[in-house]
Amino acid sequence: MLKVEGLKVEVGGKEVLHGINLHLPKGKVHALMGPNGSGKTTLIMTIMGFGRYKVTQGRIYYKGRDITDLPVYERARMGIGLAFQRPPIVRGIKTRQLVEMCAGDGEVDVEAIARELNFTEFLDRDVNLGFSGGEMKRSELVQLMAQNPELVLLDEPESGVDLESISLLGRAINRLLGRDLEPEEGKSMKELMAQRKKSALIITHTGHILQYVNADLGHVLLDGYIVCSGNPKEILRTVEKYGYEECAKCLT
Amino acid sequence: MSDVEKTLPAQRDLLRVGVDPEEKERCGTFLQDNDRVVACGVRQDGVDLLSTREALERFPEARGYLWRALKEDLELDEFQNGYFIRAREGVKPLFPVQSCLYMSREGMRQHVHNIVVVEEGAELHVITGCTSSVRKGTHVGVSEFYIKKGGKLHFTMIHAWGDEVETLPRTGAIVEEGGVFISDYICMHPGKRIKMYPTAYLVGPGATARFHSVLVAVPGALMDVGSRVYLQAPDTRAEVISRAVSMGGAIIARGHLIGEQPHVRAHLECRGLLLKEGGLIHAVPELEGRSIDLEMTHEAAVGKIAQEKVEYLMARGLTEDEATAAIVRGFLNVDIIGLPDVLREELDKIIQQSDQESL
Repeated sequence: MLKVEGLKVEVGGKEVLHGINLHLPKGKVHALMGPNGSGKTTLIMTIMGFGRYKVTQGRIYYKGRDITDLPVYERARMGIGLAFQRPPIVRGIKTRQLVEMCAGDGEVDVEAIARELNFTEFLDRDVNLGFSGGEMKRSELVQLMAQNPELVLLDEPESGVDLESISLLGRAINRLLGRDLEPEEGKSMKELMAQRKKSALIITHTGHILQYVNADLGHVLLDGYIVCSGNPKEILRTVEKYGYEECAKCLT
Repeated sequence: MSDVEKTLPAQRDLLRVGVDPEEKERCGTFLQDNDRVVACGVRQDGVDLLSTREALERFPEARGYLWRALKEDLELDEFQNGYFIRAREGVKPLFPVQSCLYMSREGMRQHVHNIVVVEEGAELHVITGCTSSVRKGTHVGVSEFYIKKGGKLHFTMIHAWGDEVETLPRTGAIVEEGGVFISDYICMHPGKRIKMYPTAYLVGPGATARFHSVLVAVPGALMDVGSRVYLQAPDTRAEVISRAVSMGGAIIARGHLIGEQPHVRAHLECRGLLLKEGGLIHAVPELEGRSIDLEMTHEAAVGKIAQEKVEYLMARGLTEDEATAAIVRGFLNVDIIGLPDVLREELDKIIQQSDQESL
C-alpha cells in the first residue's frame, strides 16, 4: 500500500527526516510514536505532499506508483486521507459544504455520518471556527468518512480529547478502516480480517487511541530516524516506564 | 414578453446586477436607460413606484423627502429622474421591488435622485442594479431612505460598470424608533473609480442599521467605500461589515460609527484579502463614543490567503484553483448575502481569469 524509501525531508531549510524507510502493507495499521519534534508530523505531511515539506532524497510509493512529486489533491483523489492535528479555520465555508466536497463525485449521507460522530449541530458552522480540540477531531473524522480513503493518516487523533470521547473516536476510526468486524455466516474471523483493505498510519503521543484501535506494528521516531519497530503495546509500556531516553540507545 | 424584456436588449447585463428580466419573484420593476425611464410598474397594493419627477408632481408630500436625509448639494446639477418607492403603512410585500439604472451612451453623465420611504410597520426589499453597456461615463446616484417607526428596509445594491466609468453615489438614511435598515452592497466590476460613504442616522430608540459590503477590485480600479452610522437615540444598534478582495486594484474600506447616546451597541469589521501584487487594501475603521455607557468594537485584518488553508482543502481532493475559489467565496460570504447564482459565477470567472494571468 505505502512504501517510503530513504526519505530525507527539509522544513524551512533544516533537515528534519534523515532517511526514513517504512512499509505499510494493505489492511495494516501502524502506529508512529516518538517525542515532540521527532518528525512524526513531518513524515505524514510529506506523505500527503504539503509544500512546506521538501523531499531532498528518497521516494514515496503508493499502490506501487511513485507519488513523491504529485500535488496534494492528486494524492487525495488516489485515496490518501489525512486527519489534521490542528486544522485551520476556514471562514464562510460551512462544515457541511466541506464534507460534501470531501465526497468528490460520490454520494454521501452527511447527516448519517455526522450522527455517528455526534457532530450534527456543527455541520452548519464555519469550518473549525470556535471548535474545541475534540470537536476538531470529530470534524476531521466526519470529513474522512465522506472522503473514504484507502490510506488513512491520523495525526494525534486523541490529543485534547477527553477519555469518553476517545472511545467515540476509536469506534469511528475502526468504522473508517473497516475494522468493526462482526461474525459472518460461513467465514471465520481470520478470513474476515484477511479481507481488510484499508491501511492507516496513526501518530499517537499517549497511546490512548491504541486501546480502541489495534495497531499491527509500532515505530519509534527519534530525531528524524526510525529507531525501533515492534509491538506497539510493548513499546508504549517501555516508554511509559523508562522514557524515550531508552530508545535513544537503539539509535546507533 | 414582459415590458422589461422588450425595452432592454442586454439581458445578461441585467442579470449580473440581480435584475430579473422575467420579473419572477419581483413585485415591481423600475428601469432607467441613460436619462429615460423605460419601465415602471408595480403589482402590489400599498406600494408606490414612480419616477422621482412624477412623484414630485403627484404627491405634495414627496417634496418633503428631498434633501432631508442628505445635506443639499447646491453645486450639483439638476437630476434626470431616478425612482420614488414607497411602502405604505403596514404593507409587507412578499417579493422585492427591483430597479436598474443603466448607461448605454458613451461618455454620458447619469444623475439620478432616488427616494425610498417605508412607512410605519411596513417592510420592503429593494434590489438596485447599476450597470453600463459602455466603457466610459459618470454615474451620480443620490439616494435618500426614510424608515418610519417599526419599518424595515432591506436595500441590496449591485454595481457592475464598464472599465472607465466613475461612480459617485451619495446616500443618506433616517431610521426612526424600532426601524431597521439593512444595506447589502456588492461590487465586482467597479470601473475606474467608486467613491461613496452612505450614512445612516438612527434617530429613534431601538433603531438598527446594518451595512454589509462585498468589494472586489480588479487592476486599474479604485474603490473608496465606507459606511457611517450615527447612533443618535438610546438602545440603537449598528453593524458595518466589509469584505474586500484585491485582484490588483485598490480598495479603501472605511467605516465610521458615532455613538451619541447611552446603551448603544455598534460593531465595525473590515477584512481584506490581497490576491495579486500591485493591489492595495487600506482599512480605515473609526469609532467615536460620546456617551459613557455604550459598547463599540471594531476588528480589521488585511492579508493574503493562508497557504495552509488552500492545502487543507487540497487534502480533501480540491485542486489549487478550486480551493482558492472556495476560500475567496467563503471569505466574501456570498452565500449568506443571498447572491444570485449569476453573481457567484461571475466571481468564479474573476478568480479564474486572475489565476490565468498569473501563470
